[in-house]
Amino acid sequence: MSDFKDKLWHLTEEDIDALEIGSGILGTGGGGNPYIGKLRARQSLREGYRLSILPIEALDDEARVVPLGGIGAPLVSFERLKEGREGLRCLRALEDRLGFKADAVGCEEIGGQNSMEPLITAGYADLPVVDGDGMGRAFPEMQMTTYAIYGHRSTPSVMCDPHGNAVCFEHAISEKWHETMARACVISQGGASVLASAPMSGAFFKRHAIPHSYTQAIGLGRAVMTARAQHDDPIAAICEREGGRHIFSGKISDLKRHFARGFNVGIASIEGLDNCRGSLGEITIQNEFLIFRRDGEMQVCVPDLVVVLDLDTGLPLTTEVLRYGQRIAVLALPCHELLRSAQALEVVGPAAFGYPDLAYRPMTEAV
Amino acid sequence: MVLRLGIDVGGTNTDAVILRDREVLAGVKSSTTEDVMSGISAALEAVIAKAGVARDAIDVTMIGTTHFTNAVIERRHLDPVAAIRLGLPATACLPPMVDWPEDLVEMVGGHRYMLRGGYEFDGREIAPLDEDELIRIAGEITDLGIKAAAISSVFSPINRDMEERARDLLLQHCPGLSVVLSSEIGRIGLLERESAAIMNASLLSLSDHTVEAFGRALRESGLNCPFFVTQNDGTLMAADTVRRFPVLTFASGPTNSMRGAAFLTGVKDAIVIDIGGTTTDVGALQHGFPRQAATVVDVGGVRTNFRMPDVFSIGLGGGTIVTGGPDDLTVGPKSVGYRLTTEALCFGGDTLTTTDIAVRAGMAEVGDASKVQSIDPALVDAAKARIAEMLEMAVERSRISPDPIPVIAVGGGSILAPERIGDLDVIRPENFAVANAVGAAIAQISGEVDRIFALEGTTRDQCLSAAETEARETAIAAGARADTLTVIEREDVPLAYLPGNATRIHLKVVGDMGDLNV
Repeated sequence: MSDFKDKLWHLTEEDIDALEIGSGILGTGGGGNPYIGKLRARQSLREGYRLSILPIEALDDEARVVPLGGIGAPLVSFERLKEGREGLRCLRALEDRLGFKADAVGCEEIGGQNSMEPLITAGYADLPVVDGDGMGRAFPEMQMTTYAIYGHRSTPSVMCDPHGNAVCFEHAISEKWHETMARACVISQGGASVLASAPMSGAFFKRHAIPHSYTQAIGLGRAVMTARAQHDDPIAAICEREGGRHIFSGKISDLKRHFARGFNVGIASIEGLDNCRGSLGEITIQNEFLIFRRDGEMQVCVPDLVVVLDLDTGLPLTTEVLRYGQRIAVLALPCHELLRSAQALEVVGPAAFGYPDLAYRPMTEAV
Repeated sequence: MVLRLGIDVGGTNTDAVILRDREVLAGVKSSTTEDVMSGISAALEAVIAKAGVARDAIDVTMIGTTHFTNAVIERRHLDPVAAIRLGLPATACLPPMVDWPEDLVEMVGGHRYMLRGGYEFDGREIAPLDEDELIRIAGEITDLGIKAAAISSVFSPINRDMEERARDLLLQHCPGLSVVLSSEIGRIGLLERESAAIMNASLLSLSDHTVEAFGRALRESGLNCPFFVTQNDGTLMAADTVRRFPVLTFASGPTNSMRGAAFLTGVKDAIVIDIGGTTTDVGALQHGFPRQAATVVDVGGVRTNFRMPDVFSIGLGGGTIVTGGPDDLTVGPKSVGYRLTTEALCFGGDTLTTTDIAVRAGMAEVGDASKVQSIDPALVDAAKARIAEMLEMAVERSRISPDPIPVIAVGGGSILAPERIGDLDVIRPENFAVANAVGAAIAQISGEVDRIFALEGTTRDQCLSAAETEARETAIAAGARADTLTVIEREDVPLAYLPGNATRIHLKVVGDMGDLNV
């Protein structure tokens, strides 16, 4: 791999603060608690590790990139905190198993804590993280990355828990099978593990990753921080930056939640406020916010982003902190075009989440 | 007709009011004293005399106190705590107090212990409790002379057995140690719950002393009516509960002052600034109630996950110390606190405070104005500008729209508030100085259910409505009027992998205190 040292962007504590907010927004309610991730990232910076981003354009075609991320239940991620070096153990075990050395770490999912996990692991390994990810947001399942959609075989992979247990998934006949096996295993590992997938080439990453997602998330976080400092409307700042729309304001009037197949699923009902008074909103949750309906009519759905913010502060809310009586704003942000191809919609469109009758309509087209 | 006595014990002043139903009969202000008790006695003697009521006619006393919040903000009266977490090998990456300000960590001693233990989400042990290590820690606690410990175990809100086992073991080896369990205080979210437990433990000797003083002051003044303390959601708790859980009062000051401000002005949407002797709390009032923080709330720089109003505190009050000259002026964060009336210049002391600035500037008439005449006018201007700047920053932070809503200034220190803050008008209601005590006097009664329900053979809606009925009955039994009860919290968290499709339901209703003779 060619020398890229002079192209690295070494993150500061302020960048990490911005990433917490930006990845929280792109997390669409999932991806784990970014605050915990931020504390861990800050802790490793303070311990002298460098958290570095490599511009995607500077990535060598022959480079070996190991995509990595946390897997499990959000509730667990902010109660049973990680041991810390789960990701590094995954990376080392995978290198040993395949007999190679990673050149860079890739991010599976920019949303939530999963934006931090690759940085922390790469910091320990003295490697950079490439500026891109496999979702451009958060999704609940592993086969929903653009890596998987566009042909990367993610096995052999290694999953580690805080106890030191490591599992190698030698081969999966499909990405969905890999997901199913990993999901079964993560339950036995206590509900929150880290998984490193088989390496991909720099050339593949450049073609199929959602590009510049760290730059995007950190920029988005900075925009919110600036708006708040200047008493501008952070919600407007987010919409302007991302080409999104503020589609509903209201108060949570009911929240139904349960666990199903290892997921936190549920429905949040929202009584309209302000110019939405008299309307009833409804958000369908499956780890992330999937669909938003207004008075029964679908307004936005996956893969476009349904973002829930605190109505007053403009800060993102994750699914597990939603509460009865909370005042929230619902935003729709358009997803990256790599998620909108027919090939992608099969995996990340409404049908893939159990809504076969719901036709995806890009939010950019609806007015 | 109900007569209520509301008392607010702040860091600087103790205020008292007597309300007959919705009418403020009298309000007085007196200084908080070092022993707390004599200040309360003085305030209630004065208010009873002023209202002209018989003391046995008073039906109920409600006390609000910012004592414990101030202790954390000012880093005073905090005892060292052994912070013990059961969770290794998990959780190792973020030790207890990892997100606390450094000076607060030092105050409570920075004694962090992580050992093997805790539960997985499905009830398995992460590791068996490391009893040998706990006994070793007990020895260290004894050697260091630490009097309080906080134990947090992973997933203890779902299963607190290990926290209890650890407490019993600690008590065996450290008799007399005060132990707080995180599961008694907070909910899921390890760091926030653990932080709340550590702060609670550091406040135990202060709370013991304070509650004792409250009770004695009331008894010695011949009041035999029930006595309650307000907690952070504006509802009341029994005195003994406060003794064990002082953190539950953390945001009661802001809640009381905001509800008092709304009550006194009749304005339902505003920014309330409550300027006390030591701090200023700023928050937004929406529809007559404090706006609740969405997720977590900072107290003295520490995140906790209580349900609290979204307030922002700055170290500015009537007792705040002003140092330096016109060019290198500093306002706060140190305060003379309850010693204002002996230490401030205008009261014959030798410390320059913001109150002296206000008196010198002709904004207030307290103490002896002749004693502040020597203050340099340039210094007064610089201090006034700095105070206005601090208030404007705090108000701006709480503003949620560009709409020109009013600012309601309450609290004894509101003499420091200018006529306008930024582009907003400032209202100072009658009885502004005792708004906190008014808020305490109108505090509500709650009823709460927090239990695991089995959904087998029933539905979620049936369980929720059963929980609501039970919570309402509890509230009515405690004195709430049935027609005023509303649900303020309704949460159900399913517990996966437990038999019977178990779900934890947390439901809370609040209502106005009714006729106590019912």
